Amino acid sequence: MIAPGLSVDQVFVWVKHWLVVRTPAPWQGLVSILLTIVPIIVVFPALFAVTTVLERKGLGRIQNRYGPNRVGPWGIFQPLADAVKSLTKEDIVPRSADHVVHYLAPLVLVGASFLAYAVLPIGRNMTAVNLDAGVLFFFAIGAGTELAVFMAGWSSRNKYSLLGAMRAIAQMVSYEIPLILSSVAVVMIAGTLSTTAIVERQARYTGTVAHWYVFTPWGLAGFILFMIAATAETNRSPFDLPEGESEIIAGYFIEYSGFKFALFFLAEYLEMFAVSGLGITLFLGGWSSPMSWLEWIPSWMWFFGKLLALIVGFIWIRGTVPRLRMDQLMNFAWKFMLPMALVVMVSAGVWRFLPAVVEGSFALGLVIRWLVCALVVLLPYVALARVLEQGRKIEKREYRFAE
Amino acid sequence: MKRFGAATKSRLKLARMRTTLPFLILAILTLAGGVAAMTLRRLVHCALALALSFAGLAALYLNLGAEFAGLAQLLVYVGAIAILIVFAILLTRGDEDQARHPFSPAGWAGVALALAVFGVLGWAVETSAVAHSGATGPAPTATMRSIGFALMQRYVLPLEVIALMLTAAMIGAALLAMREKPESARSRAQ
Repeated sequence: MIAPGLSVDQVFVWVKHWLVVRTPAPWQGLVSILLTIVPIIVVFPALFAVTTVLERKGLGRIQNRYGPNRVGPWGIFQPLADAVKSLTKEDIVPRSADHVVHYLAPLVLVGASFLAYAVLPIGRNMTAVNLDAGVLFFFAIGAGTELAVFMAGWSSRNKYSLLGAMRAIAQMVSYEIPLILSSVAVVMIAGTLSTTAIVERQARYTGTVAHWYVFTPWGLAGFILFMIAATAETNRSPFDLPEGESEIIAGYFIEYSGFKFALFFLAEYLEMFAVSGLGITLFLGGWSSPMSWLEWIPSWMWFFGKLLALIVGFIWIRGTVPRLRMDQLMNFAWKFMLPMALVVMVSAGVWRFLPAVVEGSFALGLVIRWLVCALVVLLPYVALARVLEQGRKIEKREYRFAE
Repeated sequence: MKRFGAATKSRLKLARMRTTLPFLILAILTLAGGVAAMTLRRLVHCALALALSFAGLAALYLNLGAEFAGLAQLLVYVGAIAILIVFAILLTRGDEDQARHPFSPAGWAGVALALAVFGVLGWAVETSAVAHSGATGPAPTATMRSIGFALMQRYVLPLEVIALMLTAAMIGAALLAMREKPESARSRAQ
């Protein structure tokens, strides 16, 4: 094992190396594995606790009310109260429910959600498992999530629950395609499926600006598509019809109470962090900094900063945009996002084959490349939007009030 | 026996599988899933056991070092086919208990047929050139890059033909689903 140098950037890698070198030889493998896994299991649920407070306060302020403010100053100890509540609530299982599957569903869901963190590069040299096919592993684990949702919905023997589960699976399967296609564009340009290698390709600088893929037109469009599809994949508002509180009560986790409900909640937020992490890895340059003069900030700090920014974006959108209906949701996925994802792939191909330097001038080449690829994305976008809008009659809205 | 299915699966590393503990555990898991898929009473339980068996197969591929095959197995079989089976069960039969006893008289013919297929495939695998040539050497590494090159250079014609077939299947599925729309739209408009 190569001893890493001690710097703030590599402090966690150094600590792990220091601890592993000092354990007796037969236990080194086990200790190394535990030291990789346990921080993930500790840090991301802690982030989940912080996010619940952030979300409730944030949503409260967007909706012009205070969020929770009783437990601790500004309500920051609210997650503790929530944890105690979920642990002490009675665990009610319907008599006609399928007990084995009902018990297993939240476990499979949480397990699949944790597995997804194995391939995310959280800092320099800080990927849990450096798989050659990391991106493919991530999407394969998402498949386990869908099955767990079905198990939850079916085992409750409840009409609303089953309906919610069917809708959730249809939504997840439909939005998986734009998700995967927009990441295929990144894989095409990076030339590798390994998440560590994709981040390393983006951590290079020309002048002061990094080679993040979001700074390219196809990368920007792909990132937007990816984040919309990610919002839909994790059943987050405005795509949360399967778990809408006013539509079908709570969808596939109606019959879950107490800690099992808390596990579903945990799994949803963990999935949200994981898919944001993948978006950061693919488009926002992972742990690299955008400007070369900001490199002194440690890599893991950059990753978590970007993750927090995306979480704030999720919360903001949740508080702002109304919920989509099921048919609007499905139309959006198949008729708009799928063609746009293909257009993004074409634009990425055009970017790859256009020369970077025109007549010895790098700036001119960059401008031409950017303009051409942006046109390749924008023209089909406008045409598609026009075509899809034709079937819809949008009239001036009339308000009628009781008199 | 799904273990030696299509020709593509036999292209994987066919060296002698070491009977180490991980392999034994995964093999038992896969077989248990398969047996449960045949014998459980509720149809949805059978479908979930089948999904477990698919996952066991994927783990076996990963144990052999075939990353792409294992992950693609998870993505396609567990993520799409198991869900398709589950939807088909729910939208047609519902979750009634099976009326018949699981072992019908025709079951013995099925067992005999399965044994015959297993025998033929096992003999084909054992006497193939790959099993006899470099069985004790190190496994060829199938990195993503080499799979990509193979798909784009040597096997590009099968790739395009499969893409054509999938497009035809998708158009057919869309047509089948679309035929109900005019009537339902008319009835909704009334």
